[in-house]
Amino acid sequence: MASAVAAKSGPIAHGEVPTFPVTIIIRRFDPEVDKEPRWVDYDLQMHGTDRVLDALHKIKWEIDGSLAFRRSCAHGVCGSDAMRINGKNRLACKTLLKDLDVSKPIYIEALKGLPLEKDLIVDMEPFFDSYRAVQPFLIASSKPKDGKERLQSAAQREIFDETTKCILCAACTSSCPVFWTDGQYFGPAAIVNAHRFIFDSRDEGAQVRMDILNDKEGVWRCRTTFNCTDACPRGIQVTKVIGEVKQAILRGKP
Amino acid sequence: MTVTIDSPRASTTKHHKGINLEKWGWVFMRASGVLLVVLIFGHLFVNLMIGHGVKALDFAFVGGKFSDPFWQVWDMLLLWFALIHGANGMRTVINDYAHNRLVGVVLKSFILLATIVLLTLGTLVIYTFDPCPAGSPADLLPSFCAGV
Repeated sequence: MASAVAAKSGPIAHGEVPTFPVTIIIRRFDPEVDKEPRWVDYDLQMHGTDRVLDALHKIKWEIDGSLAFRRSCAHGVCGSDAMRINGKNRLACKTLLKDLDVSKPIYIEALKGLPLEKDLIVDMEPFFDSYRAVQPFLIASSKPKDGKERLQSAAQREIFDETTKCILCAACTSSCPVFWTDGQYFGPAAIVNAHRFIFDSRDEGAQVRMDILNDKEGVWRCRTTFNCTDACPRGIQVTKVIGEVKQAILRGKP
Repeated sequence: MTVTIDSPRASTTKHHKGINLEKWGWVFMRASGVLLVVLIFGHLFVNLMIGHGVKALDFAFVGGKFSDPFWQVWDMLLLWFALIHGANGMRTVINDYAHNRLVGVVLKSFILLATIVLLTLGTLVIYTFDPCPAGSPADLLPSFCAGV
């Protein structure tokens, strides 16, 4: 892939990062001007080491400062720059341009299924509402002995290890076709974070969370389309996690 | 230092009482799916592969099957599980894609109606089927009709 890019841009000096032209088409929306979102394209010269986020920076800093998007850490930890890149939910800061097909334009738009506010920014409140609804905090009535921590074996920790990795970027939830419909469904991210505590041996609120997810709009609306697993930038097997929560609810205990 | 926050911090209200139809609908889809694999492939194997294969299919063949209690039960299970499985699948598709509530209710009513009509007709056919209609040429009827 990288060699094909280098070949296109001609001979390069030793140690120099090859550059290549790329067209980025962004679905822009300014609520004060536009009635409907519109696609705007930008032609850029980018480096082989650049990510989609670098392209967005280049546009914002050098071409059009009005472009609005979220990003904080820019290194795949904070989860603020999830967006639809060529139709798939990805973190802009973890997607290298050279891994996309740069011979064609790259389409970038805001996450689907959440209210669009401006350009690539969506209202995340519905997403956090369903996150809050599953009570994503440790519920424990017991006091640990002598003011120490609650002990847990490595095996007990392993059970929910995968779901501790969630960064709440909303890539999974906003890739879910069921979530797009009416927004009543909790969505994959909320179920992942419920899983985080349902299977935690120190937690006592599993029953409460399973009751919440045993709702009409709970885990049973999952159609196992695997969009969420594909979208997760942290590699969480989201659909498998939802399956584990379904099993737990059927068993009646974690 | 760990801090223990006194309850009530979490609401422990039950969200619903009684049976949860969505849950049992999901369980039904999984269970009937497995059962249908056996029923459908058994049906296809017996009808299309055993003996003379697809050439053996005629009125006499079907009449013979509907006269056998084993195949009556088999076809009855196949009819009910396949139809309800399919109808419930259509219902979930409508739940997922019908953005207008009224449209959803209308479409789901049609599915319910179609399912009830088809189940009634299908069940009637399986249990009231006459394999030896009077006045038919004998070579088209099952072999046991001659003795009736």
